[in-house]
Amino acid sequence: MQLSVKHLLGIRDLSRQDIQIILDTATQFKEVLQRPIKKVPSLRDVTIVNLFFENSTRTRISFELAEKRLSADSINFTASASSVSKGETLLDTVNNILSMKVDMVVMRHSASGAPHFLAKHIPAAIVNAGDGINEHPTQGLLDAFSMREKLGRLEGLKVAIIGDIMHSRVAMSNIYLLKKMGAEVMVAGPPTLIPKYIQEAFDIRVEYNLKKALQWCDVANVLRIQLERQNQVLFSSLREYSLAYGINKQILDSLDKKIVIMHPGPINRGVELDSDAADSAQSIILNQVENGVAVRMAVLYLLSGGREMTN
Amino acid sequence: MKTILNEQQLAIIIRRLSHQVLENNIDLDNTVFIGIQPRGIFVSDQMIQVIRQLVSPEKVQYGKLDITFYRDDVRNQIHVPNQTDIPFSIENKNVVLIDDVLYTGRTIRAAMDALLDFGRPAKVELCVLIDRRFSRQLPIQPDYTGRSIDSIVSQKVKVFWKERDGKEEVVLL
Repeated sequence: MQLSVKHLLGIRDLSRQDIQIILDTATQFKEVLQRPIKKVPSLRDVTIVNLFFENSTRTRISFELAEKRLSADSINFTASASSVSKGETLLDTVNNILSMKVDMVVMRHSASGAPHFLAKHIPAAIVNAGDGINEHPTQGLLDAFSMREKLGRLEGLKVAIIGDIMHSRVAMSNIYLLKKMGAEVMVAGPPTLIPKYIQEAFDIRVEYNLKKALQWCDVANVLRIQLERQNQVLFSSLREYSLAYGINKQILDSLDKKIVIMHPGPINRGVELDSDAADSAQSIILNQVENGVAVRMAVLYLLSGGREMTN
Repeated sequence: MKTILNEQQLAIIIRRLSHQVLENNIDLDNTVFIGIQPRGIFVSDQMIQVIRQLVSPEKVQYGKLDITFYRDDVRNQIHVPNQTDIPFSIENKNVVLIDDVLYTGRTIRAAMDALLDFGRPAKVELCVLIDRRFSRQLPIQPDYTGRSIDSIVSQKVKVFWKERDGKEEVVLL
């Protein structure tokens, strides 16, 4: 059993079986992470470069940890402290790194499609760690893994993705993945933050009322309001957003069921999610972070073998 | 296709192996049994059933070990892992590893590496149902053997189990 893809560019390219293999493999890696020695030698002959052209804390640490737990050699690259600031092109930068015998590339880039471009031009396996407003596949996978772990299934699950759908690569990866796995998906938020034809394009529900969305779903995946977009007049103020779409304990208690709260981080406390909801027993936000390492180990492991490495 | 063990012989051998292992490890407080995934657990499941009838069943500590991440051939082929479940400490314990067919010895090498990541056992023993002797690629020998057979590289040993295949038999293909 092998993945049908050579790179993880997006959930869009994965088959249902690929997703199943990744999630099942991640379950076993999660067990590895509970051992006294949380490390396996699978990738000890593999070198991985983490290319982060955009800021990241959680994802970069999670990938780094996953690489170390697999015994891979890893090198880190941040655009601000590199020749990119001297005007080097993306392809030149990556080719220079690859000539130093690197087998896999983990990349985050602010331009949508950057990893797809690289995949066409270089021989190494590429893992997309977020590209522009396109996809963030490992986040989609770890969200699905966490849902499956908490609720036992994905098929038939009702998942509401709440917040800035328009600019969210997390939302895209979640929608692709959940639809492929047979879950029901709803997006909710202010009309200005939801793309116009998303309902038709993905066959999902759209809801503008927070209470109704929460009442419908089993899982609420709450997205971060990107503060840097505040000036684009998509909503009038953070306070107003919080009043209409902020999730707090009060609204959760007013539902006639206990739903699961997720968030990809970093949380803007008091904007999309209040502390009393984020830290409640219904929240699995920290489990998501924990599962992220296991899921990324699974992805790197499954993409590492079955073919010749660059040499 | 040649039958090496039929259902009755298989049952007798499992019973013998269980007695032999128990004879040498009567101190169950310091002994743990670990079956190797995916096929060794069919042997270990049956052995544990026998052992639990012979001694106080709650004292028998039994786990399952998957060695996928420790294989030395990951670059040739990626294998999807099975479940590892070792819900106890192996520190300073006598570990009895159980597998179905011992051939090149590479699986056991990987199993020992995997095992050491769970702690430092006092001693590790190996129990196998079938030993394909003279075909080892590593210096590994079993402590308990169901049946030793001579075979050549092109031959295959296949073990059938009732739960999975509907019959219980060991054949040489």
